[in-house]
Amino acid sequence: MTGFRYLPATDEDRKAMLDEIGIADEDELYTDVPEKIRFHGTLNVEKALSEPELIRLLSGLALKNRTTEQYPSFLGAGVYDHYIPSVVDSVISRGEFYTAYTPYQAEVSQGELQAIFEFQTLICELTGMDAANSSMYDGSTALAEAALLSAGSTRRKKIIVSETVHPQYREVLHTYAEGRKLKVVTIPSADGVTDVTRLNREIDADTACVIVQYPNFYGQIERLRDIEEAVHQHKGVKFVVSSDPLALGILTPPGAFDADIVVGDCQPLGITESFGGPHCGYFAVKKNLIHKIPGRLVGETVDEQGQRGYVLTLQAREQHIRRDKATSNICSNQALNALASSVAMVAFGKQGIRELAAQNIQKAHYAAGQLRQKGFTVLYEDSFFNEFVIDLGQSASSVNEKLMRQGFIGGFDLGRRVPEMAGRMLIAVTEMRTKDEIDQFVHALEVIVDAR
Amino acid sequence: MPAEKNQPLIFEQSRKGRTAYSLPALDVPETPVGEWIPADYLRQDEPDFPEVSELQLVRHYTALSRRNFGVDNGFYPLGSCTMKYNPKVNEKVARLSGFNAIHPLQDEQTVQGALELLYRLQTNLEAITGMDAMTLQPAAGAHGEWTGLRIIKAFHGARKDIRRTKVIIPDTAHGTNPASASVAGFDTVTVKSDANGLVDLEDLKRVADDQTAALMLTNPNTLGLFETHIQEIAEIVHAAGGKVYYDGANMNAIMGLTRPGDMGYDVVHLNLHKTFTGPHGGGGPGSGPVGVKKELAPFLPKPLIIRHPDGSYGLDDDRPQSIGRVKAFFGNFGINVRAYAYIRTMGPEGLRQVSRDAVLNANYLKKKLSEDFEMPFSQFCKHEFVLSGSRQKALGVRTLDMAKRLLDFGYYPPTIYFPLIVDEAMMIEPTETESKETLDAFAEHLITISHEAEDDPKTVQSAPHTTVVARLDETRAARHPVLRFKK
Repeated sequence: MTGFRYLPATDEDRKAMLDEIGIADEDELYTDVPEKIRFHGTLNVEKALSEPELIRLLSGLALKNRTTEQYPSFLGAGVYDHYIPSVVDSVISRGEFYTAYTPYQAEVSQGELQAIFEFQTLICELTGMDAANSSMYDGSTALAEAALLSAGSTRRKKIIVSETVHPQYREVLHTYAEGRKLKVVTIPSADGVTDVTRLNREIDADTACVIVQYPNFYGQIERLRDIEEAVHQHKGVKFVVSSDPLALGILTPPGAFDADIVVGDCQPLGITESFGGPHCGYFAVKKNLIHKIPGRLVGETVDEQGQRGYVLTLQAREQHIRRDKATSNICSNQALNALASSVAMVAFGKQGIRELAAQNIQKAHYAAGQLRQKGFTVLYEDSFFNEFVIDLGQSASSVNEKLMRQGFIGGFDLGRRVPEMAGRMLIAVTEMRTKDEIDQFVHALEVIVDAR
Repeated sequence: MPAEKNQPLIFEQSRKGRTAYSLPALDVPETPVGEWIPADYLRQDEPDFPEVSELQLVRHYTALSRRNFGVDNGFYPLGSCTMKYNPKVNEKVARLSGFNAIHPLQDEQTVQGALELLYRLQTNLEAITGMDAMTLQPAAGAHGEWTGLRIIKAFHGARKDIRRTKVIIPDTAHGTNPASASVAGFDTVTVKSDANGLVDLEDLKRVADDQTAALMLTNPNTLGLFETHIQEIAEIVHAAGGKVYYDGANMNAIMGLTRPGDMGYDVVHLNLHKTFTGPHGGGGPGSGPVGVKKELAPFLPKPLIIRHPDGSYGLDDDRPQSIGRVKAFFGNFGINVRAYAYIRTMGPEGLRQVSRDAVLNANYLKKKLSEDFEMPFSQFCKHEFVLSGSRQKALGVRTLDMAKRLLDFGYYPPTIYFPLIVDEAMMIEPTETESKETLDAFAEHLITISHEAEDDPKTVQSAPHTTVVARLDETRAARHPVLRFKK
């Protein structure tokens, strides 16, 4: 094994540097580290590998995983197998983008700043909102931050969330809410959507916000109009909608239903599944909340010669200025994933975003129709996007094991989350699934369930 | 060929009818969506996305990349951010389909390789930090800070020790420390630094009391100085009943040399995008694992990655005292793959050499600049140092001006005006991946700028002169926010 290829210092360099510093022994640099806490010996870290050995090891680990590339996947529940144009990876592989950091020095960061400005615009277009930030960690933390923003701006303590919001998102919401001593109230669902009657009963003068998902966790299109009416009957209550951005290529955007905050995850647009991350939360608001939005914002301005340029702006909201009074503690975000999503959105363009969304809706309904024909119960109404629930009458996890043996990654076992949903499977069908794959999957399911 | 002065927005390049994607024709029978979705919920107006061809798209983003500066372009001594080289093999392995085409909710048996990698990474990070247990769920440093503080809160809560509402933070701390404390539900108390730039022990004794939940402290601290009294600091906080939190922003200085776990720290977060070559992505994604000592382990977020007795890997969700989930799924897995690849490239000896070279580079550069710039702290630094532009300020040249002038010489400037306690601060972190020649050239250029401050201040004050835009009007951007393109 040779020297370390990331370390340029030669012994001669080190000697010359020590001479310049004026010490003979490098250890003199460490006299401020008390003997008692110095680490002697070798860290219990796995040994160094050469590049070919490293690739062999990691390729071996990668090969132990069954991928959605090898097996047609019907698994969604917040992360989806979608078409990603090849240009996306090409763009985000450019060192000028991925080896830079937050664009603090605007003059040499115009590329990143402009790309974010374009991302903010694309998110506004999709959601029907006035402003969007440069990204959040993911959809779950974006949702939690929306609750914190609502509580902070209304000075109220009660957060109402629908049971049809992604269960992991709700778990994250609970963790965030506990820190700020907020009370989270969960509204049950009726027929796969938020129970608006129960919601009406729960909203009161102490309510900071109402959070729903659109399409919701079961794939259903929540009736935002009815929910919005209930929410805004009470003065000041914020209406928060979490949305799969791809669905907004065909669905009326939440902004058109007077949502105050729209959040979600850009993974469906240009971001690989990557075992759940890094993905990219988005966060969009109406005008009156711009000064409260968490995270970085890019704004347009001019330079001394009057030429157009972009800067990080409204920084008085942020931790490096406001410290403990900041809107949020977020610092690093998901800029590279936001770039990936931007490139995908630009590649799709006006026509593609709609076609992509339309193919999802068509294929999912085709799959549901085929399953119904085979005698499966498809729950709830037909107003779903690319996911729906079927009742298997037996453990969805054990059905999934059998599906794997037939070469399919099955849907999400809802019983894993909610005991009363045992036997039910959430099936996602994206544009990536061909008719043949869907037909074979339906057939495999039929055989497995009949053979019980 | 220099980058163009102006690059039109992608929206301004749009022509109706162009596309840059390709999908197969729909192969299932098409039904009017109105049969399923009520008309109110079907979008009437299309999102106004740009319409460009694939080559136009590529040219646009290539043009933008030419207007951006990363570590691959040149020296990027941005203090506290550890802008080291981002190995290419890391990018290659993170893109293996076995890692990027797996779904987080797949059956555990079908993702054994991913779980094994995470488990191995966890174990290595525990060894590097001297901690007993680790979560890889937090997505970035600040997210890790908040997670660590929530764990400390849960620990005190489980003991019914509910008076502990305060977190002590040094006046040199990064802004995320007080912000994270606040989001975690604590009030913050500031502890002063002494004349040597270290935590003032007397002040710490004054502020540490039975309301103290924790002290947050990087070591080396944000001045790049080793908190030599760290054991006493930990003792004071522990005696008051609080926990000691390690902000891992500066871990690059100490790998294999000393460990937070041995210094008396109870909770640690790491920035895998800094020390472990993440990369930085233009602002993220990061990854902010949190390690804890045994007594705090029950409170870690769930699920944890575990190794079963039969050698297989799995998820432990049955953790009744856990603070819960801090992020959907398992954190920024793709970044964790890169960090693991880096650790395996360096190994234990390599990681130690990383820190030793980082410290040597910083001290060398500091020495080279010490005649021309005010050095507020005389002791040896660790991986970074803070100089003061006070002499140049007296000549009418601010640190901001010098930073902007560095752009003309092809450098990304150091962190400026932080930490807050140093007048006209410039915080320089060279990292171990920069050669002596690079450091020599940088020192020479910065010294040239200090001479310019004397002889030709206008050139510095009006810098940069060579970038695609000149200094931008930030006040205008904030007063009249334009946050999106409109036709």
